[in-house]
Amino acid sequence: MDLNKRYTAQSWPDHPETATLEGKNKFVGFWLLLAAETVTFASLFATYLALKDRGPDASEFTAAGLFELPLVFAMTMILLTSSLTSVYAMHHMKNHNFKAMQAWLGITVLLGLTFLGLEIYEFNHYVHLGFGFTTSAFSSAFFTLVGTHGAHVLFGLSWFIALMVRNSKRGLNMYNAPKFYLAALYWHFIDVVWVFIFTVVYLMGVIG
Amino acid sequence: MAHDTPEKIRSHAEHEYLKKKRSTEMRHQLTSFAIMIFLTLIAFTMVAAGFSAYLIVPIILLLAAVQVVLQLYHFMHLSNKGHGTVAFFMFSGMFVAFITVLALVTIVWW
Repeated sequence: MDLNKRYTAQSWPDHPETATLEGKNKFVGFWLLLAAETVTFASLFATYLALKDRGPDASEFTAAGLFELPLVFAMTMILLTSSLTSVYAMHHMKNHNFKAMQAWLGITVLLGLTFLGLEIYEFNHYVHLGFGFTTSAFSSAFFTLVGTHGAHVLFGLSWFIALMVRNSKRGLNMYNAPKFYLAALYWHFIDVVWVFIFTVVYLMGVIG
Repeated sequence: MAHDTPEKIRSHAEHEYLKKKRSTEMRHQLTSFAIMIFLTLIAFTMVAAGFSAYLIVPIILLLAAVQVVLQLYHFMHLSNKGHGTVAFFMFSGMFVAFITVLALVTIVWW
């Protein structure tokens, strides 16, 4: 295949992400990965629920005393909005509008970076309070669950940036359209996991 | 080889029709987004208002489930044509996830 084959909005396929065999394979394989990731996070959630507020008797840290909702609310809104901006990016991808897609992906990356910055601030704050990874069973379970999600955010951001930079001069073609599509799917999945994190860890944590 | 795809150039009318269809879809996505924001607001407000935990927990879990369904079906297009196999993967994953959480929580807290 000619990687540099040019398309116009009128010759661009309706579903460029699955128009080639490679695209189809990636699409199926990636959803299989997401299904497996669901199970990974389920085990981390189950561990967290089992160890919540547990640890050495001297540990004075509990979910109800530690978590603060305003920060979590801001992080939730930012990540949810970044999910929408990546929907906009894919809308423009399907319309073969490369510049608009890159712009929306750029906004998505900025929102993701803000989210990551707030999460780092939050973790740093906890560590300064004396709530570190090894403080208690609760702290280990919390940092592992939320930290694994944060690592996914970092990976998703790196993925977006790598795709944007690598393809900046190529424009959209049959080779990179599936890549952009899957990165956006990954980003939505990160938001799906966060919905359960803010509900199960933070909201249910504050209730006690 | 694997990348070869027959090129089809759409007529102007067909092109305009597709573009219009896509902007309608985008409007639906915006509606889903508004609903998601609304559900999130309800969840946070309920907790901030300090209702009984027995009332809040089932409701916010339900709100989370609804929000995830919106993400999967609208933002991730799981309801679209050609998503049968991947939906099967995803639901299997969610089933195993549910059993995992249920089993561990039951063993520890029953």
